[in-house]
Amino acid sequence: MRSVPDPILIEVGPLVRESVASLYSHLVTRPTGRAVRLAIEAMLAEAGEPTITLVDLTEITILDYSCADEVVARLLRRYSEIDRPREAFFVFRGVQERHREPIQAVLERQRLAAVSRRDDGTAELLGTLDEDESAVWRLVESEGVVPDERSDDVFGNGSLRTAVDRLVERRLIFADATGGMHALSRLVAPVAT
Amino acid sequence: MNVLSLPTSLDHRSMDRILDETVSVETERVLFDARHVRWADPNGMVALLCAGRATVARTGRSAHFRIPENSDTTGYMARMGFFRAAESLFEFDQRPPRRPSGDTPVLLEIMPITTNTDVHEVVERVQGSAGEILSRTLNYPATAVVPFSVILSEVCQNILEHAEAPGWVAAQVYNWKKRLGRHVLVLAVADMGRGFKASLTDEHSARFGDRWSDATALEAAFMHGVTRFPDSHRGQGIQQIRKQVGRWNGALSIRSGTARIAAVPDWDDQPPLLQNLAAFPGSQISILLPARVPETAAEVGANA
Repeated sequence: MRSVPDPILIEVGPLVRESVASLYSHLVTRPTGRAVRLAIEAMLAEAGEPTITLVDLTEITILDYSCADEVVARLLRRYSEIDRPREAFFVFRGVQERHREPIQAVLERQRLAAVSRRDDGTAELLGTLDEDESAVWRLVESEGVVPDERSDDVFGNGSLRTAVDRLVERRLIFADATGGMHALSRLVAPVAT
Repeated sequence: MNVLSLPTSLDHRSMDRILDETVSVETERVLFDARHVRWADPNGMVALLCAGRATVARTGRSAHFRIPENSDTTGYMARMGFFRAAESLFEFDQRPPRRPSGDTPVLLEIMPITTNTDVHEVVERVQGSAGEILSRTLNYPATAVVPFSVILSEVCQNILEHAEAPGWVAAQVYNWKKRLGRHVLVLAVADMGRGFKASLTDEHSARFGDRWSDATALEAAFMHGVTRFPDSHRGQGIQQIRKQVGRWNGALSIRSGTARIAAVPDWDDQPPLLQNLAAFPGSQISILLPARVPETAAEVGANA
């Protein structure tokens, strides 16, 4: 039975500077990306469970494909696999136009998707989803939370219903102990301001 | 002593000749005669460094090097950091200029790539200069410095991750007035490592059987993004570089061993695949990015 997770904020800029022991905020090279991902995982290991993490890329100027793979795709993949180390969900913040290309490329290649929180508080999806998954995600996002008793009204009993389960599996929405569906962007709101 | 007379122009068109001739030398003592060199770009200079290192690796001693007679050429090569990078590889016939002449701004002087930190340094170094050069000289959007930096990062990582040997990177912008009527950014990256074929053999050669060669290894990496890593999610670097260079209507070519493969835009005349070159170690990557041609009258006016 899962309670609604407490959100934590992880700013990637300081992690980059620590991992390469410099003042740079460029998230480049695979070893740097791996070091940052491992640092994020270490922070998660000390947090409660389940965890929802707002991964903040705001300070990152350059993000290359190797680091997009390590810090976005591998992180998502690792915590959506059956043998995942813990229950963890992720929302990315500070995804600017300059980051979009590498992030989209690695997500599409691995058929992954990620939630990104814009500066105005709205959210968007990056990566690969089918039409039903996108529709369900938008519904949950607009509602904030869909309690179990309203799920038939909101999702019906057709293809959208099965898409709900897939989104839960893909860690793109959060299902609480009562069957309520939560938008990830709302769950990170307490640490987003 | 074997004398290699270097061509007057050291660039992407002559670099294969330099590398091939270096391989063909069998004597212990080698002289690289650069007296008549009048022009050297990053591809030419980085190829020369590779030739020097190959000679040291084969003979155990530095090759002799006659520096160009033209002082503008030596001054420019000094400005690009060639002599500093080459001092452990060549014995110069005279003291090369220590202080660079002229005030030509350099996009990225020759830098050795031996560690992860070097790649960070390269990316950091171009942040100041690249933005202005890309937008003002090449008419690229102001934001182009980001994808350009990503290209730099990925090509330099190619050295560290796949070659398992040190290499060099350099970049500069030139006015190809006669050849193209536009400015062109020339980016060269080279290493003396294992090369693509050796790097990919364990994972991929069986599928190719007798067809496995430098050319098929290059095609596999260049066209299909295969890497030596069993993880199928790796191998995006070269693919994404090719895509971005294509968006800028640029030319990308990679030589490894006996083959060279290229993505060739309409303005370039290099062949898409060259085989049967001399077996030179490592990989040499050349990227040519031409200035964008203004598309609208307003743009033309703004650039006038």
